[in-house]
Amino acid sequence: MNLFIYDQTFEGLLTAIHDAIDLNIKPDKIISTKFFQDDLFATKYDIVTDSDKFDKIWNQIKEKSNEQNCQRIFKAYLSETSDIEMIIYNYIKLIIDTPYNVEVNFSEDSVIKINNIQKKIGREAQRVLMFVRFQKTVDDIYYASFDPKYNVIPLTVAHFRNRFADQKWVIFDTRRKFGYYYDLKNVREITIGNQKVNFESGKVDNDVLHVSEKLFQKLWKGYYDTINIKERKNIKVHMQFLPKRFWKYLPEKDFKNTLVMS
Amino acid sequence: MKPETVNKLKISANAAKYDVSCASSGSNRPNNGKGLGNTNPWGICHSFTEDGRCISLLKLMLTNYCIYDCAYCINRKSNDIRRTTFSVKEVVDLTIEFYRRNYIEGLFLSSGIIKNPDYTMERMVSVAKDLRLKQNYNGYIHLKSIPGSSDELQQQAGLYADRLSVNIEIASESNLKMIAPDKSFASILNPMNTIKNKIIENKEERRKFRHAPRFSPAGQSTQLIVGATPDSDQRILNLAGNLYNSKNLKRVYYSGYIPVNNYDKRLPALNEPPLKRENRLYQADWLFRFYHFSINEIVNDDHPDLDLEIDPKLSYALRNPWLFPVDINKANYETILRVPGIGVLSAKKIILGRKYSKLNLSNLKKIGVVLKRAKYFITCNELKAPTINELLPENVRKIFLNENKPAKQFKKSFYKQLSLFPVN
Ligand code: SF4
Repeated sequence: MNLFIYDQTFEGLLTAIHDAIDLNIKPDKIISTKFFQDDLFATKYDIVTDSDKFDKIWNQIKEKSNEQNCQRIFKAYLSETSDIEMIIYNYIKLIIDTPYNVEVNFSEDSVIKINNIQKKIGREAQRVLMFVRFQKTVDDIYYASFDPKYNVIPLTVAHFRNRFADQKWVIFDTRRKFGYYYDLKNVREITIGNQKVNFESGKVDNDVLHVSEKLFQKLWKGYYDTINIKERKNIKVHMQFLPKRFWKYLPEKDFKNTLVMS
Repeated sequence: MKPETVNKLKISANAAKYDVSCASSGSNRPNNGKGLGNTNPWGICHSFTEDGRCISLLKLMLTNYCIYDCAYCINRKSNDIRRTTFSVKEVVDLTIEFYRRNYIEGLFLSSGIIKNPDYTMERMVSVAKDLRLKQNYNGYIHLKSIPGSSDELQQQAGLYADRLSVNIEIASESNLKMIAPDKSFASILNPMNTIKNKIIENKEERRKFRHAPRFSPAGQSTQLIVGATPDSDQRILNLAGNLYNSKNLKRVYYSGYIPVNNYDKRLPALNEPPLKRENRLYQADWLFRFYHFSINEIVNDDHPDLDLEIDPKLSYALRNPWLFPVDINKANYETILRVPGIGVLSAKKIILGRKYSKLNLSNLKKIGVVLKRAKYFITCNELKAPTINELLPENVRKIFLNENKPAKQFKKSFYKQLSLFPVN
């Protein structure tokens, strides 16, 4: 049993794959230090992350297929799916070993697998774009919490940066405890304590909310309730498109909010 | 923004909600780097109401006072309802504040007709103009053009809006005249024509001068009410097909008639809105636009109305059994597209995938083909199951009806393409 151990970074993973190919050893498992449990019977390879090796693999994929395919692999990595390392290893190995660009050969298992994972990631990232709700704070920062199933906030930063170029904003991943802050010039990765934000509900404390914030939440909730056509009621579809796990972020779905307000 | 606005907003939303178009797609207006907002070419839904519809745009009526008396409309002048009028500034502020909080992709503004068409249209244009010029806002704007307003105002509207629409509502002119006596086909088709010509002119201009301002970059759309008049699906779809072809419409929306004015005896008494029919019309529209079907193949003199029990693609297949089974490893793209259970994406993947090796059932499944549906209509390497020709169409129909939820897959992919993904 060949066990490759890497540092949980994407660079580290590609380094591990580089070494496996280079040494011509087929790994049975590639595992990050975080989840590694010693296994007496395994042959262990401790991978030292190396950006040159990373570049080499990255460029090889690019030459064989295209940049988009590299991005596809990166997205799959963000899925944090168990055994994603081996799925990526198999895919990259297939790309390198196939004389033509294999990325559209949908009769290959590993092509389908990577595409399906990427689809899931894309859907979750899309949901961030859909369901992020900013709360305006006293210091004119628009704050949003999110709790995505996969680690997709990094994929959405460019969208928010482009769209909300003239307002300061924070998007915080309350599950992974990191976020991004845009200060009208740059986007920085940040961590914050939960003194002023309730990580459970995602809400900013009342004393730091902008005076107008509650009014706009109320306006929005009022709009949301009215725009519904009751003759067309269809709760099944409603729940399918707006799964409950997102409700806590949405002022329009927040009962407490209206009760306090009205 | 004052607390009273809450009530105004509710009155306005209640007046605007029966217009079903909501898409925020088709435009890619960039942010200039310092302003607010941009548009996403595929559109983004930000919420869903309990009726299962997507909320993408803030749908408002500038005013719900109206001097016209269209029988199907909640805002008709003979209705005794609460009325309100927004100031230009109120609409601008609401749009900006909602947009900044990521509640919406933009604004969809319509209006009842007050004084005269030009007066009404002018105020709608000022909302769009303020948003663009004063607020530096680049999010989505959809303006519903007021029939009968001047070309000059249409021109201005198109400069600030991403999409314009003029609703035709009723599929035949005689029925329109009967229930909306203030309107005529001409008063609707003329502005559509103006918009179409300006869009074409503008494209030409932009080929020559890259920086020429854009005119309604997401094109124009319209809405047809279904079930308020006895018009058949054949008539409705033929009109839609015509509008797509001759007016270059981006979208035709079908809106199942909701009996808001039960007292009006010109309208049918319905227990519930014809939602199933509406859904089938969308599916048929989809076949026309993305599956290379002609309207005549979907509805014709022998089948003037869509089958409510099964979707139009399956219905077509059952009426034309001699076209099947299709050999997945040999048939061309158009033929594969006609197989029930195979969507546009799966069909493309089949064409790509079979270049490398013959596809079998498990390949098809992984590609996303719904075998439960498709198996009666295809052959591939190993498939031995009986096809439509052995089973006969009426038996296949029974099998599908027994499955109880026949159109699920179709609806799902329909929704996805409708709102999230690029349409190709
Ligand atoms: S013109 Fe007709 S459809 Fe439009 S708001 Fe007035 S009554 Fe309603």
